[in-house]
Amino acid sequence: MTSVLYDVPGPRARRRNLIGSILGALVILGLLWLGYKRLDDNGLIGSHVWEVLTVPDLWEALGRGLLATLKAAALAAVLAVLLGAVLTALRLSPSRWLSWPAAVFTEIFRGLPVLLLMYFPFVIWTDVSPFTGVVIGLTLYNGCIIAEILRSGVAALPSGQREAGLAVGLTPVATLRAIEFPQAVRIMLPTLVSQIVVLLKDTSLGYIVTYEELLSTVRNMRNYYSAQVTDNFEIYGSQVLFPIFIAGAAIYIAVNMTISQVASWLARRGNKKAAAAPRRTADVEANTAGG
Amino acid sequence: MDALVDNLDLILKGFWTTIQLTVVASIAALLLGTVLGTMRVSPIPPLRWLGAAYVEIVRNTPLTLVFFFMVFVAPQVDIVVEFKTSAYVALSVYTAAFVCEAVRSGINSVSTGQAEAARAIGMTFSQSISTVILPQAMRSIIPPLINIFVALTKNTSVAAGFFVTELFASGRDLNLRHPSDGLWFLGGVAFFYLLITIPAGIAASQLERKVAIAR
Repeated sequence: MTSVLYDVPGPRARRRNLIGSILGALVILGLLWLGYKRLDDNGLIGSHVWEVLTVPDLWEALGRGLLATLKAAALAAVLAVLLGAVLTALRLSPSRWLSWPAAVFTEIFRGLPVLLLMYFPFVIWTDVSPFTGVVIGLTLYNGCIIAEILRSGVAALPSGQREAGLAVGLTPVATLRAIEFPQAVRIMLPTLVSQIVVLLKDTSLGYIVTYEELLSTVRNMRNYYSAQVTDNFEIYGSQVLFPIFIAGAAIYIAVNMTISQVASWLARRGNKKAAAAPRRTADVEANTAGG
Repeated sequence: MDALVDNLDLILKGFWTTIQLTVVASIAALLLGTVLGTMRVSPIPPLRWLGAAYVEIVRNTPLTLVFFFMVFVAPQVDIVVEFKTSAYVALSVYTAAFVCEAVRSGINSVSTGQAEAARAIGMTFSQSISTVILPQAMRSIIPPLINIFVALTKNTSVAAGFFVTELFASGRDLNLRHPSDGLWFLGGVAFFYLLITIPAGIAASQLERKVAIAR
């Protein structure tokens, strides 16, 4: 679609684009060089601090951190989907006594920072573990977002689906469970998967509420290695944080990119299959801005 | 309740910091995000790649990591700024990636006839983008943009973990000082967040409905 914004370039435009490309490339190279210079000026190029990346213990610790991150994310994702399904069912119920509280609950919890929701359990029960705090915070917030996603998925279905279910004698709840939810999940699958990326990113808030996940591991390993004396009695110093941080960031980005790729693959597949499914825009898409 | 009323000035002070963080980062992210969004649809390949790489990397990085970089890693290469400045930069850099995507999908939502007409009367890329496409794209950009700024408001709370006493941090610190009244403080903090997020969310969905009918 973007190509419609400009003509197929003629000789003059091609020349201009070439000049632009070269200038653009020069700007990018310039930025990279500035970054390199920064590192060099601070003695990080060719420095032995990078050797810390060859220490197996470091990777083992980072692996444990990643595992803790994934553990919290996986548990919270399952619980959030359950909470989302229950909230959607309540919200779509014909009784106001059920739909109203569900609507208020959703509006409140998706309007609050995840960090605040992670902190509440510590105030209510003083002896709660950081893991529990993180999982409760993530579940409450993402459960409400997932409820919104499922609700717009159900709303996108033709009304005949529900009517048919009721006509063959299923109860409203059974209709929702057996007919509407499976289709809604299929329509909204890409959005649901990208919400998992948001959830996974938010586990890093565990760093602030003292849950030992990947980012906390990066900090702890800095403290550990900056005080270490290696075989040849060289001390890494505080600059060892730089390579460890790069390793931690690379792990985060690799995991999230993989899940994002799955989401966009699902979206492409969905678009090919059914162009008929209505596109839900801002409401749901921007929710992925959370986190 | 009394404890909350007695310490309301501290909560309000934190709320003011949260508003500052939100407003400054919104403006910076809007500018940077629009530039990046335009780069992503431009005819010059290196600019397109730069825009795409920025979005891919930043969107897949947790905000906490960006904060951590600004506060702990950047000083290792001799970039030392105030904690509040770090918060401004981290929030702007992070939010810009989402603004960029909103701008890009807004541009894609303008019907192709408009771009073709602009081209047909001989406009260049920058002319058609600035006078024909972007003004129309604004309609469909604004509702998601509001949602992005709502998310930004909530995200400012991450600064609490990195030495900025904003709304959440003021509630947390009060809780540490008077643990028996903890729920009051966090409830007060929650109230002030909802004061921004709920009206803004309603505004976004109403605007979206308005735009949808007009199309």
